[in-house]
Amino acid sequence: MNRSTIDLWVGVFVALGLGALLFLALKVGNLASFSTAETYRVDARFSNIGGLKVRAPVKSAGVVVGRVADIGFDNETYEAVAVLTIDSRYRFPRDTSAKILTSGLLGEQYIGLEAGAEARMLGDGERLRLTQSAVVLENLIGQFFTSKAAEGGAAKDGK
Amino acid sequence: MRAALTHLGAAVTAGIWRLGYGARFFAYLLVHSGTAFRRFRLTLREIYFAGVLSLIIILVSGLFVGMVLGLQGYDTLQRYGSSEALGVLVALSLVRELGPVVAGLLFASRAGSAITAEIGLMKATEQLSAMEMMAVDPIARVVAPRFWGGVLSMPLLAALFSAMGIFGGYLVGVVLIGVDEGAFWSQMQAAVDVRNDILNGVIKSVVFGVAVTLIAVFEGYDAVPTAEGVSGATTRTVVTSSLAILALDFVLTALMFTGGN
Repeated sequence: MNRSTIDLWVGVFVALGLGALLFLALKVGNLASFSTAETYRVDARFSNIGGLKVRAPVKSAGVVVGRVADIGFDNETYEAVAVLTIDSRYRFPRDTSAKILTSGLLGEQYIGLEAGAEARMLGDGERLRLTQSAVVLENLIGQFFTSKAAEGGAAKDGK
Repeated sequence: MRAALTHLGAAVTAGIWRLGYGARFFAYLLVHSGTAFRRFRLTLREIYFAGVLSLIIILVSGLFVGMVLGLQGYDTLQRYGSSEALGVLVALSLVRELGPVVAGLLFASRAGSAITAEIGLMKATEQLSAMEMMAVDPIARVVAPRFWGGVLSMPLLAALFSAMGIFGGYLVGVVLIGVDEGAFWSQMQAAVDVRNDILNGVIKSVVFGVAVTLIAVFEGYDAVPTAEGVSGATTRTVVTSSLAILALDFVLTALMFTGGN
């Protein structure tokens, strides 16, 4: 086998392999999004975060504006503390509210931001005051049963 | 009874001796790898034989594995009304598991067996002894370039396998069946993490590359220098390295993908 033919083929092979890796990183993975963009951090306290995970998306009006960077537990208020990194391109008023939502019936959980009306914008390290916890299915079923029981009781009393 | 126990003891001792010999061989190989990089053309030639010549089988199998994943995945997912998740299923199973493992198994049978047969035959025809007579270290001159050629080729082959498989899944899912193209790619991009999934897949393929090539060169170097011995060594290479890939894959998966994120 000729030397330069081997070199050529090895070159083609390595270029193809690196191309495949690049394809996996850019087209299949999410390297392109949010890796270099400037971000700022805000934290939000929830009484229950349900199944929220680190790196879950933060969405506003359905658009991904950031990610959950860290989840912790405050041992004084007994609340979950979620630290969100939000893309600096997007600014939110200080009275923005955060909800933990689920995409679809069985989908992953994410944080939905709803912009408020205040003129001052959220800065780095500030806290979202208005939060709504994740819906816990067991509690929901419990509430349903108690309300049904109360209805039944009221109906009997009416007779 | 006594004979059986003696036999068992001999087998265990031989096994441990061979393991130690293999470890010393590996250490010696690493120390004497300088030649493989100083005279990189030697390694380049081995990349040609181990990597370039494995391209066809890797690309074709990757395409078919991806297409089968597309068909089977669609069949199951559409029952739950989530056929858009096909991209996620195809990409994650290829990048995390099938890419490195199947490419490793194919590499072991395509390139590993060839390396063993070549080195074993060199030993049987006393070419290795002849090199030693000329004060050329056969491990540095023959074994190390083959080892590094295999180790460098394997991650590239696994990446090509995964990329080709995802293309196959795309062909079947989007072009043939008609899953929405936007959802196919965007859900895939949302679910596949560069560090957790792709990098871990690459790490797996590097580990498999080291394991397969090490077993191949060791079996070749250690082969009984007869026609029968070389054939036995080639068979052992394929069997041992396939088992090693599957066992290592379990260990690596347990280390990488447990504990949530």
